[in-house]
Amino acid sequence: MDSSGLGVRRAVGFVAPALLLIGVFLVFPALWTLYIGITDYRLTGPAAANPRVVGVDNLVEAVRDPLFTNSVWLTALFVLGSAVVGQNVLGFGLAWLLRTVRPGVRRLVEGLVLLSWILPGTVVAYLWFAVLSRDTGTLGLLLGSPETAWLVRYPMTSLIIFNVWRGTAFSMLLYTSALAAVPPSQLETARLVGASGWQTVRDVVFPHIRGHVLTNTLLISLWTANDFTPFLLTAGGPDHRSEVLPVLIYRQALESGQLGYASALSILLLVGNLAIALVYLRLLRRRA
Amino acid sequence: MRRTAGLGLLAVCGLLAGCLGQTQSGDQARNADAKEITLTIVANAVSGGKNARGAGWLRNWVIPRFTELQKAKGVTATVEFEQNGAGDEDYKTKVALDLKTGGGGDVVEIDGIWLGEFAQAGLIKPLDEVVGSTDWDGWEQIPDAVQGLGEFGGKRYGVPMGTDGRVLFFNKKLLAQAGLPVEWQPRSWQDVLDAGAELKGLAGVTPIQLNAGTAMGEATTMQGVLPALAGAGRPIYENGKWQGDSAQVKDVLELYRKVYGGGLGDPVLQQEVKGRDRSFQLFSENRIGILLESDYFWRSVVEPRNGVARMADRDTAVGWALIPARQAGAGVGGQDFVSMSGGGVRVVNPNTRYPKQAWEFLQFLNSAEAVEESLAGTAQLTQRQDVNDKVLRGDPMLTFVSEKVLPITRYRPGLADYPKVSAALQQATADVVAGRSPDEAAGAYRAALVKAVGEGNVG
Repeated sequence: MDSSGLGVRRAVGFVAPALLLIGVFLVFPALWTLYIGITDYRLTGPAAANPRVVGVDNLVEAVRDPLFTNSVWLTALFVLGSAVVGQNVLGFGLAWLLRTVRPGVRRLVEGLVLLSWILPGTVVAYLWFAVLSRDTGTLGLLLGSPETAWLVRYPMTSLIIFNVWRGTAFSMLLYTSALAAVPPSQLETARLVGASGWQTVRDVVFPHIRGHVLTNTLLISLWTANDFTPFLLTAGGPDHRSEVLPVLIYRQALESGQLGYASALSILLLVGNLAIALVYLRLLRRRA
Repeated sequence: MRRTAGLGLLAVCGLLAGCLGQTQSGDQARNADAKEITLTIVANAVSGGKNARGAGWLRNWVIPRFTELQKAKGVTATVEFEQNGAGDEDYKTKVALDLKTGGGGDVVEIDGIWLGEFAQAGLIKPLDEVVGSTDWDGWEQIPDAVQGLGEFGGKRYGVPMGTDGRVLFFNKKLLAQAGLPVEWQPRSWQDVLDAGAELKGLAGVTPIQLNAGTAMGEATTMQGVLPALAGAGRPIYENGKWQGDSAQVKDVLELYRKVYGGGLGDPVLQQEVKGRDRSFQLFSENRIGILLESDYFWRSVVEPRNGVARMADRDTAVGWALIPARQAGAGVGGQDFVSMSGGGVRVVNPNTRYPKQAWEFLQFLNSAEAVEESLAGTAQLTQRQDVNDKVLRGDPMLTFVSEKVLPITRYRPGLADYPKVSAALQQATADVVAGRSPDEAAGAYRAALVKAVGEGNVG
């Protein structure tokens, strides 16, 4: 069937540039990573000059490596705490509350929330470093305990709060537009029958925006699982206590120079992301 | 079907395992007669930051002077200086990636201890393979021990940039306040701990900074574990084997426990991302009593004019002492005092377009005139004996290192496995700082060591 009437040759001509880009920048690196992942390739030393193919050894080693299991657990905590719960709830809360306030206030709040989202990561990390560091950190001074090194004492909590602050804007924007799609008449009816705020959200609003919730959760989960900003704040420390997967991969690849092993870890991260995506897609389809 | 194709592709790639290796060789005489050349020197130095003096020297003296010399020969030389102001580990990663991808500067400054792994990876090549003849009258000015920093597997890879020695630095003002003698020389670890206990009485002062943990990287090994291990009587690498969870390693970890478990050191500082920089800052603010460092600390950190943590009263306030063995006579070779040394090396990138000119540039960088100029009126243990004889006299600290420390010092084994061993040692100290017992940490260290270098190489 040729509904556009282009003919095969022209159709191929149209998609070729896109396919080429995808091939060069996506497929090739992915296959390359797969390939490096089955070798003992290193940044320096003899294995850098003459890498050997070791098959699935890297994967087996990863599964047995306590650093990897620690990292998977921390990544799950990071995604769950900062994205699935934190950004989702706060983003929705803001969108819900901002519906009824004066436009001026709304724009101001939205602007501030957006600012934390659009600032470059390094700048943001520096600001948070200034807030959370010891002796002269803003938070310590405000709370009257300047001797607390927040990033060392509570590394994961700090990262989760940081990431909620950083990423809420996206959820807020998405929910703002989703809420606009809820028919006002239904909200009005709910109010007339005396439904409380929570009942309204649960029984009137949520059924309308369920698809948005799933899409939003999928996107922010994947972004958070792949986020590298934690490295700028804690570099995985202290003592691996905030070493989420992207940080672990970076440290194994570039600090320890184990490019092969780190590639195998990237593959596992990819598989994990795919699994999450599949679950969400399943849920979305069931709804449809 | 698609899956089989993918797996097939993988298998093919796997068979061609050479895809990842490095193969390149060059004609040493390439571009030897070029009339217009461009050379880049890469160093972990930056104006106004890390190693500012070295950066200033390269920019303001070396480059104009070398360009002039080339001009006199009818060659238009453009010399660029690629500045870096990063931590040593990050700098190493960057240089390795540069060299691996066929890029990087023509002359590159690296730490001597990276030489082995870089050479085994084929990232750098023996000097005569890169530039041809390496005849140079400067070699006879460089002592053999220092030349060794630029050698691996019996071959010469680069020209060393001098050496250093590690001592205990202390703040004389704080020692005086605590009622200790300002001409302090501990004779055992216990003496150091006792002094720490006295210093503990001063408000807001951390008595001892003995680098620990993984955040400080090699600084933990070189300014912490290895000097302590030498003091416990056994070097890390001996008779072809790496030291496992030996009595000496446990002694060292016990020392860490006494410092960090006993309130003599600040455990949090060891875990912070910028902990080492901060320890320098704290020392300069009279808030750390005793700190183990190389003479780098004296000439680049607390140095009153260009240091990163300047101390205006350095000359009167900072004292130094030899690092004692666990107890008198218990150190390596039956020594009473111990130290560790290292140093940087400049190598020529095998991918350089101008090997002959890069070697000329390297000789110029190491000429007596250039080396002396690099000191900018201060002193340092340079690679050249003639320069040292001239400049060290004016600086009591460096004279001390040259006369008292270098005769008793040890060097790290320049093997490709060393960084992995070093990482395992850092982790062991991190474990102790985090509260695990020295025995547990030593056990975990042994397991990590076996994984890194193989059971057969652990003694």
